[in-house]
Amino acid sequence: MSSTPQDQRPAEGALIDRSRPVTFQFEGRTYRGFHGDTLASALLANGVRVLGRSFKYHRPRGLLGVGVEEPNVLVQSGTGARSTPNVRATEAEIFDGLIAQPVNCWPSARFDVLALNGLAAPFLAAGFYYKTFMWPRWMLFEPWIRKAAGLGRAASEADPDRYETRYDHCDVLVIGSGPAGLAAARAAGQGGARVLLVEQDVRPGCSLLGETTLIDGLPASAWAAKVVSELHGLAETRILTRTTAIGYYDHNFVVLAEKVADEALCAKSDTAVRLRLWQVRAKRVVLATGALERPLAFPGNDRPGVMLASAARQYLARYGVLAGRRPLIFTNNDDAYETALRMKEAGADVRAVVDARNAAPADLTASLAQLGIRVISSGEVVSVRGASGVTAAQVRTPDGRRSWIDCDLVAMSGGFNPAVHLFSQSGGKLRFDEALTCFVPDVSVQAERSAGACTGGFSLGEALDQGHVAGLAAAADVGCPSHVSPPAAASHRAYAVQAVWQVQAEGKAFVDFQNDVTADDVRLAHEESFASVEHLKRYTTLGMAPDQGKTSNVNAIGIMAALTGRGVGETGTTTYRPPFTPTPLAAFGGLDRDGLFRPLRTMPCHAEHERLGAHFEDYGGWARPSGYPLPGESRQQTETREARVVREQCGLFEGSPLGKMEVVGPDAGVFLDRIYANTVSTLKPGHVRYGLMLNELGVIIDDGVVVRLAEDRFLVCTTSGGAGRIAAWLEEWLQCEWVDLRVIVAPVTTAWGVLTLTGPRARDVLMRAGADFDVSPEAFPHMSFREGRVGSTEARVLRVSYTGEVSYEINVRASETSKLWASIYEAGQGQGLQPVGIDAWDLLRTEKGYLHVGADTDGTTTPFDVGFGHVLKKKSDFVGRRSLTLPENQRPDRLQLVGFEPRDPQAPLPSGSHVRAPDGRGSMGYVTSSAMSPVLGRTVAIGMLEGGAARHGETVSLVTPTGPQAAKVTAPGAYDLRGERLNG
Amino acid sequence: MLLISCPWCGARAESEFRCGGQSHIARPGPPETVSDAEWSAYLFERLNPKGLHRERWVHAYGCGRWFNVARDTVTHQILETYLMTEAGQAQADQP
Repeated sequence: MSSTPQDQRPAEGALIDRSRPVTFQFEGRTYRGFHGDTLASALLANGVRVLGRSFKYHRPRGLLGVGVEEPNVLVQSGTGARSTPNVRATEAEIFDGLIAQPVNCWPSARFDVLALNGLAAPFLAAGFYYKTFMWPRWMLFEPWIRKAAGLGRAASEADPDRYETRYDHCDVLVIGSGPAGLAAARAAGQGGARVLLVEQDVRPGCSLLGETTLIDGLPASAWAAKVVSELHGLAETRILTRTTAIGYYDHNFVVLAEKVADEALCAKSDTAVRLRLWQVRAKRVVLATGALERPLAFPGNDRPGVMLASAARQYLARYGVLAGRRPLIFTNNDDAYETALRMKEAGADVRAVVDARNAAPADLTASLAQLGIRVISSGEVVSVRGASGVTAAQVRTPDGRRSWIDCDLVAMSGGFNPAVHLFSQSGGKLRFDEALTCFVPDVSVQAERSAGACTGGFSLGEALDQGHVAGLAAAADVGCPSHVSPPAAASHRAYAVQAVWQVQAEGKAFVDFQNDVTADDVRLAHEESFASVEHLKRYTTLGMAPDQGKTSNVNAIGIMAALTGRGVGETGTTTYRPPFTPTPLAAFGGLDRDGLFRPLRTMPCHAEHERLGAHFEDYGGWARPSGYPLPGESRQQTETREARVVREQCGLFEGSPLGKMEVVGPDAGVFLDRIYANTVSTLKPGHVRYGLMLNELGVIIDDGVVVRLAEDRFLVCTTSGGAGRIAAWLEEWLQCEWVDLRVIVAPVTTAWGVLTLTGPRARDVLMRAGADFDVSPEAFPHMSFREGRVGSTEARVLRVSYTGEVSYEINVRASETSKLWASIYEAGQGQGLQPVGIDAWDLLRTEKGYLHVGADTDGTTTPFDVGFGHVLKKKSDFVGRRSLTLPENQRPDRLQLVGFEPRDPQAPLPSGSHVRAPDGRGSMGYVTSSAMSPVLGRTVAIGMLEGGAARHGETVSLVTPTGPQAAKVTAPGAYDLRGERLNG
Repeated sequence: MLLISCPWCGARAESEFRCGGQSHIARPGPPETVSDAEWSAYLFERLNPKGLHRERWVHAYGCGRWFNVARDTVTHQILETYLMTEAGQAQADQP
């Protein structure tokens, strides 16, 4: 049924613009509302009562609240890639073309097939998955239960919208723009302090919107508008609306989520921002976050048409909607009487005010009586009729009599809870105020102040006062004192409340509406000894739904306190965690996605590789060629061809990412001797030595060559992956431990481009490219270093080899690497020179049995494990030395590096293939590097084997994808074991 | 997101730094004089106080210098930052 919007809109509505109608869809039906409506207010105005189904029992539900506290009506907003699950209908602004569906029901909220869950209710009480559905096996029921669980659906396509992150600093951050927040911002900004006022609503004002109470002689909403316009006039003050402070972190770091453009705008524009995440550092914070109303826990309190009393009032003030024509008010405090008055004024027939307190306030009772509204003292609602919408409520009085009162709305108020979420996240401690029956901020830890309803100052006068004081104090603290006079409002009645945590009566009284947790569940948790609040929460799932217990936590604490006989304050709260409201993951990702997620670095010769048709992969953050496939070649074929070219002719490989740092100073040699496991200081200028670096546990953390350039100058080369890490490692030792050593470490990794020429014809190509130094084997032996020109480029040339062939690692200024590539490539034509990628590079070193730190070693591998015990320094100390003599590192059955030669030469032995232990123990080792060798015509593999160094010649069985494979254990390395080609 | 005062660069966000754990740990040596127990203590034993903790931080995405920080592990309040070579003044129970 869809009535015309005007039927339920007798009043003005501060936020809506009746001249701008909006058409939207809900559950496939088209409705009309006005610009400024939320989905909730528009549907309410259209008389739609059943708007969703509850999580577990699939009970029909309607709106409970009017804003962020709404637990019942979550919708799936939008379709396709932009579809967003679990949007609170009370915060979804309607626009032309909005398509929304209720979550958790099929085919519709009114006729939901899964309502059958309600029949299973006895089996679905708290903790049911520990007790029911256990026989014969939980796994039988699990898939079905998982399918039924959950609320909305995540989109399955990538999110096409744009999300941004901004960083900001301010003097005073004011969170909330109700009376306290506006008073604070006004007071803080006048002296020139940089003020940021944030408001989660569409415009500032909050409880002042649609209010006529006088502040400084103006109706409240007009006063709010005036203050806002004053704030806009201050150069250093900014206001952000639709912006929720979602988290309060260390040292006044607050994260805000700003809704910028809606789905419709984002669909039309590439640059529109959907959500903007602000990361703000504030010198001072003023929390003016207000308070949230508590429901009352009575049987039937979840029926559609049972709503928070202040929400009913807000629907009227903000949207001009009467939530019911015949409301019944049920309350334990004075505030709800205001709802009765307003609804009566708007033309509703207020059926009664049921006050749970022994003595309803005399003055209010009298004013209501004058309007013909009866007040029932010491009354409790104990039952509600109308599963698809309230039709009557049963009231019980102390004499035991029960009577049904016809109504179409039960507006309930159990009191108010200050919104202390951000205060608690900041580390602040709460205390329970017995008179106000709520938790209030007690001890601050950070430089913040709370003001207004969020401190328990529920009246307008208190809010304005506290906000003003907090704003002045913050401004003074930051050195921009201001001198505005405090705003004045007529004094209001003090807030009077009497705690009613639960109405004792038969039937389901809901405490957590979103996770379907009843008062009986709390009692069950207590009976089963889950009485602490942390256990209560997790056992019943109370407070764990997307609303994080905004309308349930305190009632539950009150009920548990009564059961355990402890005070509410002593029972305490669970930990408040960010985000305050659910925030899409995309917002945290911001622009760091796709190409920007982990930006790839490109090498100096990237363009050359591209031109040669390289296939690129991400190697440690660098885009590097895995190979240069010829047309029609498979990846394996490319690898085989390139490896063969290196063994038979000549290959050219870019090694620019290799780590390089110059270590300079009178104590450079001494320093490097302490850092390396082997001796470095005896290296002569022009010579190169291979070194191992260990950590203090004796574990290999990097390997590479070190070159002595001069008496006090070394070039330390690391693995490509270790470049930044090892430079930092060296600095750490110099700055923290050996502070008196006279050494400077200068990382130069990206200053030098590196091209490696390798193969039997490498020397010939080098000569043809033109070297102005003697490259004969006698003049330039393996493991030495020369400086000079290659082609026309100044270069440092290391004769070191990763491939096992004669190799020249030519280092040139990074900006000249392309020039060098061109001259070498040209010189190489006619010599069979081809470019070589990483796949082939790795195959070549595996054939030689050369170590690849991080592939053949792990976080436990010591030099002894890889056969390097003999190069360790004998006498002097080095990092890791002492650990090598610990008993664990001396065990003979440690994993040690070996080679594996398969009995079937063609059998693949992929990395990770385990060596089967004969006694059924499992594994006694595994393959770490493996390749199919073109020159040897068989699989070559190296890996780890328990006590492997003493087991050469033994046959072991490997577990591989092609079945068990027998292999002989050898020393690592299968090609040119005497190094003749290397030293040629 | 702590706000850390680098002694050279001033107050910067935590994301610019890396924490090096407990500070003022002397490296025992020479190795032949250090027992297994002493060496294991140096490698693995660390304080885990509820309160004042003196730790090392390095301004990794800034000046690259290491320095000391006295931080309260409960409130995350930073009581002082001081040079690597200094001892630090802050005591537990200081406001």
